[in-house]
Amino acid sequence: MEEEILEDILSGYRGNRSEIVPILQEVQDNLGYLPEKAMTEIAEFIGVPESHVYSVASFYAQFRLLPLGRKRIAVCRGTACHIRGAPQILKTIEQKINLKEGETSEDLEYTLETVACIGCCALAPCIRINKDVSGEMTPEKAELLFSENNKEAENE
Amino acid sequence: MNDKKVLLHVCQGTGCISGGADKVFNQLNELLDNSDYNHNVIVKKTGCHGFCQQGPLIVVEPHGFFYTKVKEDDIGEILKSLEPDGNPVKRLFYHEPLTNQPIPKYNDIPFYKLQTREILRHCGDIDPEDIQDYISIGGYKALNKALLQSPENIINEVKRSGLRGLGGAGFPAGRKWELCRNAKGDIKYVICNADEGDPGAFQDRSVMEGNPHSVIEGMIIAGYAVGAQKGFIYVRAEYPLAVLRLKIAIEQAREEGFLGENILDTNFSFDIEIFQGAGAFVCGESTALVRSIEGKRGWPKPMPRAHTTEEGLWNKPTLLNNVKTFANIPLIINNGAKWFSSKGTEKCKGTAVFSLTGKVVNCGLIEVPMGITLRKIIYEIGGGIAGGKKLKAVQTGGPSGGCIPADLLDMPVDFDSLKEAGTIMGSGGMVIMDEDTCMVDVARYFLDFTQRESCGQCIPCRLGTVQMFKILDDITKGKGRKGDIDLLIELSESIMKGSICGLGKTAPNPVLTTIRYFRNEYEAHINDKKCPAKICAM
Repeated sequence: MEEEILEDILSGYRGNRSEIVPILQEVQDNLGYLPEKAMTEIAEFIGVPESHVYSVASFYAQFRLLPLGRKRIAVCRGTACHIRGAPQILKTIEQKINLKEGETSEDLEYTLETVACIGCCALAPCIRINKDVSGEMTPEKAELLFSENNKEAENE
Repeated sequence: MNDKKVLLHVCQGTGCISGGADKVFNQLNELLDNSDYNHNVIVKKTGCHGFCQQGPLIVVEPHGFFYTKVKEDDIGEILKSLEPDGNPVKRLFYHEPLTNQPIPKYNDIPFYKLQTREILRHCGDIDPEDIQDYISIGGYKALNKALLQSPENIINEVKRSGLRGLGGAGFPAGRKWELCRNAKGDIKYVICNADEGDPGAFQDRSVMEGNPHSVIEGMIIAGYAVGAQKGFIYVRAEYPLAVLRLKIAIEQAREEGFLGENILDTNFSFDIEIFQGAGAFVCGESTALVRSIEGKRGWPKPMPRAHTTEEGLWNKPTLLNNVKTFANIPLIINNGAKWFSSKGTEKCKGTAVFSLTGKVVNCGLIEVPMGITLRKIIYEIGGGIAGGKKLKAVQTGGPSGGCIPADLLDMPVDFDSLKEAGTIMGSGGMVIMDEDTCMVDVARYFLDFTQRESCGQCIPCRLGTVQMFKILDDITKGKGRKGDIDLLIELSESIMKGSICGLGKTAPNPVLTTIRYFRNEYEAHINDKKCPAKICAM
């Protein structure tokens, strides 16, 4: 399955060195992370040592070398968010879903991350769950959000 | 209301969408499709109006009514108000925070009234996904005009305008163009730096989301002027909506013959590709950005090195400018250098776009003439400090900038005066801090950011920022020691001297400015084990 997806993605590229980042992005978009095997194959496809692909993949914050949770929570730690209470939001969520920043739950339900800036500073503090941004967060709102999320997950 | 056509501009910027503006837009179209509401209503999706805090926003034209915090449930009422005998929906008007007076029209709202919107002018009134809308407001006229002139003429016009690069450093744009034009080589590149990495800044995102063609038109003109055949827009992957709108815009520009072979039947050919940055702050630095496109780690090139205008992407001459610098180009070509240089100060021409955020009443995106005072920005456009608190400091320039104190409120805001005060203009983040903000915590916050984002290539930055962070972290935890302030200053000086790129060279700025202006707060933490703002748990 993964191999087919990878083959399909690679067929859209010519194999230039400058395509490494876009290929890694597309693979991650489709597989959710960058499996070791995929990186080996990308190295072969581009014609560079595996270490080079790994050096690129490990440099950029976007890339994940381990599988992520279905709900990817990103707490913004931009300047505006910070001074308007982002640390408290992070703490609340950490307690609520019992994960620390950077961790993924064992059932692969949640991944909790922080990001440098979502760019919704006028609505600070913000969090993003998968692609949806929620602004003007308060610890109470965050608590509520994850109580509902938990319920939904239980119902599924 | 009368029977003439009514336009509803529905903001579809990232900020408004997070408040449900996409649902508002869909609901509006659905109701209009399935009912007998006034058929003279035209709904238009637009980019960011700038007043994100009040979103989702709808502007009714030609009346100029400005509806704030619009929910799906409000749509029926809004449509009813547009019937011949309808009245505007007063409860959705913007209300002046102090007096609670409703202000019906956006032109009368202080937040907008006191701005000089040039780059942002059309961000809220054109459909960013429809090139015809851009053409209808005079889009691509500047390109037409430019292609009838010699490249040297255009460069001279940009030089005369006094435009300085709006990515932060403020290098004269015309001179950079000339350097690239004069660089030896047949193959040249133009790159738009849209890797807006400063936390607390979103002006480039809003320009790309709201008026992507203005950036593209500026890049094509730049390509013609410097003799390039290819352009790249290096945009953060964290900005999916900007990426999408740029993609659509490039596609449409190709179809219309503004991009591709023989543009507008001349022998000039130019095309643009989008490259998505993968989340590294250091890639805002020119040489790191270039290496990133080349498929490498985003490591800046060590000094001494040739300028990017001589040896840039794949070692070819490369012109790298910020989003807003390019967006200014069509304005300069259309209106002339004189028009542009009539705004601003003697050494800093034109306007500056800021993301005004933090503890200020009106948060959002603003455009003001260079040289405006901080007082005007904060108290007139920004409506003062939220909750009636006292202003303590203004942070500009993100992690490379610094914090300036409230007593510098009457300082003009431009590249040079900000630099003198110890900070930088940067790409346009402006975070307002009140008496409840702890300046040591702010310094700790920025060093935490830079030590995470340091690329690790050179030792002063990699190890120095970590040491600075540790000292600041200790101070905020009540474990500060006598001599810590001097040690921070000493470390700052070595990091600034020893680092190979701008990230390291400017990383100590937030610490140095807070020590310079708020030394008493450091001393209270270290000597008395007290946080005056009561933020740090001691």
